[in-house]
Amino acid sequence: MRYLINNLDLVGELFLEHLQLTVIVLFFALMIGIPLGVALARVKWLQGPVMGVLGIIYTIPSLSFFVLLIPVFGLGTTPAIVALTAYAQLLLVRNWLVGLTSISPAVLEAARGMGLSSWQRFWQVEFPLALPMLLVGVRLVVLSSIGIGTIAAFINAGGLGVLLFEGVITANYNKIFSGAFAVTVLSLTANYVIRTFERRAERSIHGAQVSH
Amino acid sequence: MTYTSSITKESRVTQSGEILFEDVSKTFESEEAPAVDSVSLQVAAGDLVVFLGPSGSGKTTLLKMVNRLYEPTSGKIWIGSEDIQRLPINDLRRQIGYVIQQVGLFPHMTIKKNISVVPRLLGWEKDQIQSRVNMLLDLTGLPEAYLERYPNQLSGGEQQRVGLARALAADPDILLMDEPFAALDAINRERLQKELLRLHCKLDKTILFVTHDVEEALLLADKIAVLRDGKLVQYDTPINLVTKPVNSFIEELVGTNNILRRLSLVSIESIIKGKGRHSGKPNTTGQGMEEIPTIKSDEDLRSALSLLLSSGSDYLRVENASGKEQGLISIDDLRAMLSSNQIIEKKKCDEISD
Repeated sequence: MRYLINNLDLVGELFLEHLQLTVIVLFFALMIGIPLGVALARVKWLQGPVMGVLGIIYTIPSLSFFVLLIPVFGLGTTPAIVALTAYAQLLLVRNWLVGLTSISPAVLEAARGMGLSSWQRFWQVEFPLALPMLLVGVRLVVLSSIGIGTIAAFINAGGLGVLLFEGVITANYNKIFSGAFAVTVLSLTANYVIRTFERRAERSIHGAQVSH
Repeated sequence: MTYTSSITKESRVTQSGEILFEDVSKTFESEEAPAVDSVSLQVAAGDLVVFLGPSGSGKTTLLKMVNRLYEPTSGKIWIGSEDIQRLPINDLRRQIGYVIQQVGLFPHMTIKKNISVVPRLLGWEKDQIQSRVNMLLDLTGLPEAYLERYPNQLSGGEQQRVGLARALAADPDILLMDEPFAALDAINRERLQKELLRLHCKLDKTILFVTHDVEEALLLADKIAVLRDGKLVQYDTPINLVTKPVNSFIEELVGTNNILRRLSLVSIESIIKGKGRHSGKPNTTGQGMEEIPTIKSDEDLRSALSLLLSSGSDYLRVENASGKEQGLISIDDLRAMLSSNQIIEKKKCDEISD
């Protein structure tokens, strides 16, 4: 605990670095995963092969994945972002796809029959109705990125993993504890915040409660 | 409450509610036999036409080609003087109300938002939307308190009322209804059927209505198109369908030999008109005039028969809507009516003509 208090600046900096890495990964994961999920929901035969590939990627051990990417992207945050974004796809797309495909066909038919364009159908009907499941995916992506992101410190990507690796090398248990503590705080906070959004989204698609 | 048209005619793609099916066929990719086979059919503007047939007869496919949820394999569909294939698909759909069996309300939108989807797409002003929504709520018999509720807080019958209001929102000339009441319980179904009749009489809409329920078809339709295996078997008024079926399929379907059904399609007025108003007093020996039960002239002959049997009277006194006596009818008149051709079909809009 003393290490943490004495080095609050450093821990804080690494904390923000870690958060930044996670946010960047989430951003890219969404940029790829949302259109990919929509494409899979429309073209059903693609679901099997694509989900299979995403599943295989997910099984690659993180340390070897990071190292494998070094020849292509060099050291630093870039290979970490690439690897974490690739991992994220399985978690994100699977949940998002469940959200999209569980919308009642009657609702979609009504939307089509009423003359909503495919763009309007997506933003006014499909997106809000599948949003709770998308947020489940987002939460899993954030949590796994925070976790696996600690290992990215090994390839110079920074973040709270730095404290863990340095602590192990120098046998500084206080440093290890501080790093682990900060990662836990980050995970729990992220989980709580995203869960709140999830609940709100769920409530809105099930309709508000009547106040008597 | 008067009904006012809320969008200008100039902004419309279609100018009329008349629909013409011209040799329309549809074969789905996965199937060999056509779902709809060379159907030609003309629907007059303002008519309520029922597509009736067993499942797999192509009635829903035919309906869904009107708002182009399905595209015909061959043939053309005209709305007024427009070939619908030439119209922008979403403009066409926004001007055709669409009601389906599973309702398909948007669960994340309030009732008000659900109803105002199409007006919002069309860029109506807020005030205009608000007054339209209020008017539709009133028209479909829903309380104003429902505006801010969500679909899952409403019963099945109420949800379908909202579905109907939503379909009517942009004041379309044409309404497509795909088995809209099939999932409702008997009480709600009957109630909504009556309300639909009332709405149809009040609003000048062309309605295409799909059902497999013969009673529903006979009750609602101005004309019925009976389909079987994708082919149009007979297109006629309910009374003609029952009294002049073209083949045994129709005969069995509509129950030509079902006397009560025939009686239910004929109004008492037919007898009065047939006899002439002043045909002289009938012989009412043994029965004082004051004991004779009264019936309105716009009721059907089934109700008359029922009253004759239940009251034990030999005659019924017939009155018109304003209570003026029209004459007397007996069971012999009913019998004569069944074998005669001079029938006046029960008028659907009488009750609400005021």
